Amino acid sequence: MEFDPFLLSRIQFALNISFHILFPTISIGLAYFLVFFRIRFTQTQDPHWEFIYAFWVKVFALTFALGVVTGIVMSFQFGTNWPGFMEKAGNIAGPLLGYEVLTAFFLEASFLGIMLFGKSRVSNRLHLASTIIVAVGTTLSAFWILSLNSWMQTPTGYIYEDGVMIAESWSAVIFNPSFPYRFAHMMVACMLTASFFVAGVSAWRTLKGVDGPATKKVLRVAVFAAAVLTPTQVLIGDLHGLNTLKHQPAKVAAMEGVWETQNGAALTLFGFPDEEARTTNAAVKVPKLASFILTHEWDGEIKGLNDFIGEHPPVAPVFWSFRIMVGVGMLMLLVAWACSWQFWRKGQLNRLSLTILFTMTFSGWVAVLAGWYVTEIGRQPWMVSGLIRTVEVVADHPPGTLLTTLVAYFAMYAFLLISYIGAIFYLSSKPAQSLLRMHNYGLPGMHPEDRAYSPIDANPANSK
Amino acid sequence: MESALPLVFVAIMGLSLLLYVILDGYDLGVGLLLPFADDQQKDVMIASIGPFWDANETWIVMGIGVLLIAFPSAHGIILTNLYFPATIMLLGLILRGVAFDFRVKAGDSKKAMWNRFFFIGSLVASMAQGWMLGSYITGLTGSLTNTIFSILIAFCLPALYCVLGSTWLLIKTEGELFAKAAGWARKSVLPMAIGLFLVSIATPMVSSVIAERWFQLPNFIGLMPIPVSSGIALVLLTILLRRDIEHLRATNPWYLFICPVIVCLMAALGLAYSIFPDIIIGQMTIWEAASHTSALQFTLYGVVIVLPCIVMYTIFIYKVFAGKATELSYD
Ligand code: HDD
Ligand code: HEM
Ligand code: HEM
Repeated sequence: MEFDPFLLSRIQFALNISFHILFPTISIGLAYFLVFFRIRFTQTQDPHWEFIYAFWVKVFALTFALGVVTGIVMSFQFGTNWPGFMEKAGNIAGPLLGYEVLTAFFLEASFLGIMLFGKSRVSNRLHLASTIIVAVGTTLSAFWILSLNSWMQTPTGYIYEDGVMIAESWSAVIFNPSFPYRFAHMMVACMLTASFFVAGVSAWRTLKGVDGPATKKVLRVAVFAAAVLTPTQVLIGDLHGLNTLKHQPAKVAAMEGVWETQNGAALTLFGFPDEEARTTNAAVKVPKLASFILTHEWDGEIKGLNDFIGEHPPVAPVFWSFRIMVGVGMLMLLVAWACSWQFWRKGQLNRLSLTILFTMTFSGWVAVLAGWYVTEIGRQPWMVSGLIRTVEVVADHPPGTLLTTLVAYFAMYAFLLISYIGAIFYLSSKPAQSLLRMHNYGLPGMHPEDRAYSPIDANPANSK
Repeated sequence: MESALPLVFVAIMGLSLLLYVILDGYDLGVGLLLPFADDQQKDVMIASIGPFWDANETWIVMGIGVLLIAFPSAHGIILTNLYFPATIMLLGLILRGVAFDFRVKAGDSKKAMWNRFFFIGSLVASMAQGWMLGSYITGLTGSLTNTIFSILIAFCLPALYCVLGSTWLLIKTEGELFAKAAGWARKSVLPMAIGLFLVSIATPMVSSVIAERWFQLPNFIGLMPIPVSSGIALVLLTILLRRDIEHLRATNPWYLFICPVIVCLMAALGLAYSIFPDIIIGQMTIWEAASHTSALQFTLYGVVIVLPCIVMYTIFIYKVFAGKATELSYD
């Protein structure tokens, strides 16, 4: 069998970035939750908040480590798999990546040490400050990388000089037209993913009866956060879509499955796009709704895929990913509101709600991946919209080499994902007391924070 | 001014990679030594690098980042050629990096497994780095002698990391582990010295470009301080390590750690001299590979403002976590 190196390179890149993004998504969101827990503790001196912090900071450390190691892979990928990209667009992409390293990576990585191990070595104020700095650091890395990604979607601020692309205005490059939308949408996606993650794990702890009042407190916070964030996300998503319509109409046509340019286009809820026949089979449609959503006029014109023959992305994956993302979003809205209502009226959640929250622990991941597939596959056949084609920039490694590394990465990632989820639920299965004693690096003896919580077992010799 | 920009960036890149080798070198060294300690000592060893490793590892991201930003076409060529060892190194770094957390969070039954992965990850990553360095010095050409040379370096680099790791442990540990670390240091100095010697001899042999640069008369004498100071550092380290253990405990351990650091520094200077002004030996100079001035200038603002801050907070963090690692969680 012949493998196409071009295809293999793309699959490998997509695999690596898809795996990477899972962890930053949670770290970025969870970082702000930790700041909140930390501030609540400082305000109330209620030990529950400190316990909640102590538990989630462990989950954070694990997630962060996975984000870091898979991120290192990313920084090599541009050179190993897409050397042409840096040759053509390096004068623009390079500095943006450079600022990410300078302003974000060192900041997070350094203050993480204090956040995780420095509690007894620095003042409470400085520890709180470190927690905030780490959160800001994760956001800064999202800022720069999303700026680059958005520039690839909607390039502005560049000129050609002697055949190479250089920046004419850095502010136009950084704040390119789709960036504000993408950054806002991604940040809220991170918060939302973290909310459902925290809620799901806490629901599981409640169901298993592992823990008491502290878990209920954090569950409540997560559910209310989700209830506020989901509608915000739907709103931002809608604005994001309008922005995409303006700059990348072919992508929107693929998302909506609009084959022919028309006025008063119907919204396809469901169906099977068939690219050969250029039609959507078994489509369930709502008349005129697509035009209304996208142009805010019932008879507004929507450009169809027929206007972009040879220049539009593969329809089915974009169409499906979009429905998965929006579908998960709607489900999140329903669940978050139903649970909040229950909390508000009854003061607690029933078994059914807890079970649903538990099954939705990783729902954010599904929506985030689907969203990225809409964005990235929807940009095809371009690497940088309208300027650089993906085929032009790929490295030509022998397919055998690519296949070997692809399989190796895949095996590694599958193993890590299983270990990660296993470790999260292993940690969650421990009652508060024993968890607190299991301080990060499993050193013998007791961390002062542990001592504070276990008057019964204050002898360091018993704890290991 | 414009033609100086690539020089500035090549210096930043070299400095980042040197810092990486020293800083993550001691982390990787600790990983390599892990199997020789008992369970409780393993915990202390890992605690001794716990607060630092993440920032240490970021220096390689910085080094590769600068290569990418400032010399994109060289970045493409180098990483395409080093595709295989780079991938292996990345897999090793992944394993090592996640093992830090999994070993204490995945449950006691799995701890031994993650300890083993910690070691394997460190070993794979350091050997792959040696391999990459070897192929880079030989101009990325894969002839038989060059391959043998790369394999040679793949075995030497872990020895250097062991010396860095064990002297770091002298700074960070006490009691029985301190004595063990001293033993590890004594054992790994010789392989490191032999490795270094062989590499210094082999480098001009496999690369005629390098031979030419070194063995011209005035230059040769001017360059003597480089091998001489490495030699002095090595001898000093050996003498210090000869001391009996009580004597050694009274010695400031930073003196021991500084010795391999000097060796790294000198090796880096020597290498820089060998390669300059090329970025890929015999193929491409720094100026040919450099990005457009607009990109370099824009990045330079960031570097000038941010790098001093990074240095400052790094020093601050080493201060916060100064002292022996066993204290890390006792207090
Ligand atoms: C928890 C995650 C999550 C949820 C619930 C949603 N999204 Fe989303 N969406 C993302 C996570 C995400 C994302 C991963 O963050 C993406 C990928 C790239 C990006 O900028 O955001 C994205 C991309 C993305 C795009 C592609 C923009 C482009 O590339 O041009 C559109 C049009 C929407 N979203 C619209 C929506 C709408 C209308 C939603 C309402 C239900 C929605 N999203 C829910
Ligand atoms: C924000 C930073 C990102 C940048 C700079 C980026 C850049 C790229 C590049 C260079 C490619 C390869 C060329 C191509 O095939 O189009 C690509 C493809 C792709 N990326 Fe991204 N990406 C980013 C985020 C993501 C995320 C977070 C995901 C997934 C979760 C993702 C999923 C994909 C997929 C699936 C492809 C393959 C598309 C295809 O080849 O059909 N990307 N992206
Ligand atoms: C092609 C795209 C990408 C590259 C080259 C890349 C590179 C990296 C690297 C090298 C690290 C490790 C930094 C360290 O050593 O501490 C990292 C971590 C991180 N990345 Fe990415 N990344 C990419 C995509 C993204 C995206 C799309 C986001 C978020 C929107 C993101 C957010 C983060 C965050 C928050 C971290 C910190 C570690 C963590 O929180 O787990 N990255 N990335």
